[in-house]
Amino acid sequence: MDELDRRIINQLQGGFPVSERPYRDAARRLGTSESELITRIRCMLDDGLLTRFGPLFHAERMGGALSLCALRVPPQRFEEVAEKVNSFPEVAHNYQREHDMNMWFVLATETPEQLDATLRQIEECTGLTVHNFPKQAEYFVGLNLQV
Amino acid sequence: MADTDMHDVQDGIPADLDRRLVLATQAGLPLHARPYHWLAMELGVSPELVMDRIRAMLDDGRIRRIGVLPNHYRLGYVANGMSVWDIPDDIVGEVGEQVGALKSVTHCYRRPRHLPDWPYNLFAMVHGRDRAQVLEEVASIAALLGDRARAHDVLFSTRILKKTGLRIGG
Repeated sequence: MDELDRRIINQLQGGFPVSERPYRDAARRLGTSESELITRIRCMLDDGLLTRFGPLFHAERMGGALSLCALRVPPQRFEEVAEKVNSFPEVAHNYQREHDMNMWFVLATETPEQLDATLRQIEECTGLTVHNFPKQAEYFVGLNLQV
Repeated sequence: MADTDMHDVQDGIPADLDRRLVLATQAGLPLHARPYHWLAMELGVSPELVMDRIRAMLDDGRIRRIGVLPNHYRLGYVANGMSVWDIPDDIVGEVGEQVGALKSVTHCYRRPRHLPDWPYNLFAMVHGRDRAQVLEEVASIAALLGDRARAHDVLFSTRILKKTGLRIGG
């Protein structure tokens, strides 16, 4: 990763133009060329330095539903329950965390009704109570990952 | 528009165009000099219409932003702690704004308490190069909040069990 890669990461987390030649327009601001910018983005995607490049959608405003959920999984059942929870396509990510509530996952569905239904299915399938932590307010965070 | 037999058309906009645009771009924007023209060809509409719809989705917030999404782990931010705070309901809004504005915080939400075991109503994700750095950041948030926070905790992730990102069907 060189100086230009860093500038791309720091300055292009938002504001990519909507225009006929957006890479050319963005490249000008970054002090590089259109083709170089495209190459850099492709390389950083291939290397895994970038997870994605493109529009970042707001799930709820698209009509979908999203929630953070937690389970208290008995340690001896952890792997089995992880496998069951992960088998639901509605589970977008799932993390083991150091706490009595030790499994935290994000559910994403196309409608709020599907979210409730999936929650109940996970409870049935695991025999555990799902603690639902839906977002009540979202506070603005800047584009703050700087390298 | 005679060929769009399966789509309703209103004001010249195929009814499900926005949805098809989401499907066509959720994996990423084409890495071609004219990415919106590329999408337009794929979707069988004009480039102007594609750009108009994307601008409309930016304006109403369905698209948060267009740009690169860095991979925290690969960039050295390997520790992530979910800090959780018990803030009185009448001030959680202003406190949330303040915490969200901090450089180390990448997500900041108000969520419900689950009493009696879970008194926390403000969740702030803190990233750092290691655990010590995350704990330092959490300590500085605690100092900033003073007695406005009645209690807090930080939950470190020990393992990613699944990470597929958000996708809609189709």
